[in-house]
Amino acid sequence: MYVSVKGGEKAIDKAHELLAKERRGNPGVPEITTSQIAEQLTLAVDRVMSEGSLYDRELAALAVKQARGDLIEAIFLIRAYRTTMPRFGYSTPVETSRMAIRRRISATFKDLPGGQILGPTFDYTHRLLDFELEKENPADEDPPATRPEPVDGHTPRVLELLGNQGLMEPPDGACPHNGSDDDSIGDLTRQPLGFPADRDVRLQNLARGDEGFLLALGYSTQRGYGRNHPFAGEIRMGEVRVEFVPEELGFAIEIAEITLTECEMVTQFKGSKNVPPQFTRGYGLAFGHCERKTMSMALVDRALRADEFDEERVAPAQDEEFVLAHSDNIQATGFVEHLKLPHYVDFQSELELLRKMRAEIAKTHVEAAE
Amino acid sequence: MEREKAYNFAYLDEQTKRMIRRAILKAVAIPGYQVPFASREMPMPYGWGTGGVQVTASVLGQDDVLKVIDQGADDTTNAVSIRKFFKKTAGVETTTETGRASVIQTRHRVPEDELRPDQILVYQVPIPEPLRFLEPRETETRTMHALEEYGLMHVKLYEDISRHGHIATTYAYPVHVNARYMMDPSPIPKFDNPKLHRMAALQLFGAGREKRIYAVPPHTQVHSLDFDDHPFEVQKWDKACAICGAEDSFLDEIITDDAGGRMFVCSDTDYCNRQCEGVAK
Amino acid sequence: MSTQRDTELPILAVEGVSKSYGEQIGCADISFDLWPGEVLAIVGESGSGKTTLLNCLSAQLLPDRGRARYSMRADGLRDIYDMTEAERRFLMRTDWAFVHQNPRDGLRMTVSAGANVGERLMAIGQRHYGNIRASAVDWLEKVEVDAGRIDHSPRTFSGGMQQRLQIARNLVTGPRLVFMDEPTGGLDVSVQARLLDLIRGLVTRLQLSVIIVTHDLAVARLLAHRMMVMRNGHVVEEGLTDQVLDDPQHAYTQLLVSSVLQA
Repeated sequence: MYVSVKGGEKAIDKAHELLAKERRGNPGVPEITTSQIAEQLTLAVDRVMSEGSLYDRELAALAVKQARGDLIEAIFLIRAYRTTMPRFGYSTPVETSRMAIRRRISATFKDLPGGQILGPTFDYTHRLLDFELEKENPADEDPPATRPEPVDGHTPRVLELLGNQGLMEPPDGACPHNGSDDDSIGDLTRQPLGFPADRDVRLQNLARGDEGFLLALGYSTQRGYGRNHPFAGEIRMGEVRVEFVPEELGFAIEIAEITLTECEMVTQFKGSKNVPPQFTRGYGLAFGHCERKTMSMALVDRALRADEFDEERVAPAQDEEFVLAHSDNIQATGFVEHLKLPHYVDFQSELELLRKMRAEIAKTHVEAAE
Repeated sequence: MEREKAYNFAYLDEQTKRMIRRAILKAVAIPGYQVPFASREMPMPYGWGTGGVQVTASVLGQDDVLKVIDQGADDTTNAVSIRKFFKKTAGVETTTETGRASVIQTRHRVPEDELRPDQILVYQVPIPEPLRFLEPRETETRTMHALEEYGLMHVKLYEDISRHGHIATTYAYPVHVNARYMMDPSPIPKFDNPKLHRMAALQLFGAGREKRIYAVPPHTQVHSLDFDDHPFEVQKWDKACAICGAEDSFLDEIITDDAGGRMFVCSDTDYCNRQCEGVAK
Repeated sequence: MSTQRDTELPILAVEGVSKSYGEQIGCADISFDLWPGEVLAIVGESGSGKTTLLNCLSAQLLPDRGRARYSMRADGLRDIYDMTEAERRFLMRTDWAFVHQNPRDGLRMTVSAGANVGERLMAIGQRHYGNIRASAVDWLEKVEVDAGRIDHSPRTFSGGMQQRLQIARNLVTGPRLVFMDEPTGGLDVSVQARLLDLIRGLVTRLQLSVIIVTHDLAVARLLAHRMMVMRNGHVVEEGLTDQVLDDPQHAYTQLLVSSVLQA
């Protein structure tokens, strides 16, 4: 006789055991350490911190290890951990003009105050597999590259230089995050996303958004789906100080130094017969070293500002609800993958209906034949 | 791990629970209205019940007895996983008996037993907006709710009848709550819709990914949409449950061999077990 | 074609309606009264402000200044710009109708012809499938669409049929005021003639008040009792249709009329 399925609990436990074995792989090969991941898979760690919205290299490395290198799974682990952390408050805005710059390039000017710094980049490598890396290389005698200290001086951003000449719209654009009553900055992790969204919330959404999704959208604007004639005004990467004002102290103290990548796009100018034309801008910022992400983000930020410039919203990248509702890879992967969960009951209902409809048609055919 | 101990009772911190309880109170005050709330990232994926889990975590107390079902069964993997989660993070007593539970979290079914005033039924909701597939824009659907512009819902039913001769929606069948808000009852089969009407228990609906909570307070009117000349009907089977013989329950179809053999059994496993015991006695 | 003025109140009383887009004038200081059963044509070239005016009059666009009072069935003249969004939307699906130039803008292309006609009935609370369907059949016949096509998608209809379906969808709730934006715009000449004939018949039979925007003086001549000529956002001439067309006073109207004659 049929007995309804039992043992889900046992099955899950066994599945978890198998998963742990798969993660470890061949026990004859030394286990990878989280410090190896943190030191050698730095860009993976950067992406997990960025889209996981939590700046902690050790935790991100642990997540990458636990997720067997599946970065979206790792981001998920970090998000789930982050959500349980107590919240002390918000830092003061970081000052990227005081960044200890390790890389800085502008595609708009050959030379500029502060200079161009190529820094560590894949850009001009030949993409040839380096079989030397297959061997285990003895540690270099050279000490690791020392990172420059954040500067107290100021390296002006290219867009500021344009702005000083009136050629660039102000940083806040036509309407500075133009929203909430108390003029505070929105926070998606505390307030649900509402539409239409203000730019502050849009930028937060994009900063947490999936790199691949933003890349495709940014790319689509270049291919004519919401063109905005972008120039990479400036991309800079390096360390900045994070400061926090504890209520009981009343003044700012430095609590951390973090690596950031910032991209400012110079885009399509606007003006009219009477209003002198100015370039517009798109902005991208994320944790760690991630140029692809911040460039894409800047393109999409600009595309989403269509209303500010009376541009017709026709392309996917300009469609705020479409972009913001689908950018989060944790939401996306959850919902796509939930199709693996049982749907017996709904399917049963559909099955019954289908049979009933087929029976009805069969009946009318019989009647017609008679 | 050391860090694991840092988790609060039922995982969420108290501030978050308060925020969710406020949303729940608002939802109860406006039956069927979708209250936006700052849904948290949970350690299970979106679409796997994060909304329901957050609601459950917020209403759960030390003395509660929790039951979790998926597809009507306590033993489906996702139900097991969520029950384990609360066992671990809240340490509350769990049960598979509908009658013993004070909080029941469910995906896709309403238990066959009539629920009592001292019970809470928490639904997991994937897409809370009943108008979503007719109108994709949130700004527009919000206006439609505000102005009670629900004609479009009947257009969908009209199309069903003109094409198939009857309404062809079998699950997530839209309801009109308290004669005001159009509501998605979550993807329960329409078989379960009548149970929502004037239910004695509090019904809470949590959508984590979409960040919405809504509610049907006890004894509230819940009307399944229909036409006067095409009234709402539930599924019927010409068979009884092959295990317990019940004729009034929702039946799952089981393929028994590859020669087309199949049988029908209760989807509500607890109900089925008790029917069997009743027969044995 | 006599203008009926047997009631005391105009159905729509427009005073000083103006709308600008930044420095660009959409329409400026427009005033007129529309009487029950009257057809008013607003003519002008593209960019003359006629569509802006139509959108203001139908409250799809809020003007910068001015008021437009509508004669409600229950409580007399009320300024439509003072109404709540809910009241305006209610008017739009009961007492008013809007026929778009492109039928795709006015139809729901993903549902059947019958559902298109029935939607407004369901929106105002009709809940009897059989009655809704009977109304749909009746209206399809009125606009000369074969009732056998009631379950077909409007995508399978010709342009002229789509436009007639749009009209049926709008008139099913018995509106009193109909806005039309170049209703014959995208159609072949022979199809245009049939549609104009149909509209004329319906307007007379149902005693509709109509504001129709067109660049085509022949459409105005055939349908309208009265017309307004617009240029650069201003009304340059208005009067009885025959009077304006046969004896235009303003130089611009003279130019319009003569250019039609030459063509």
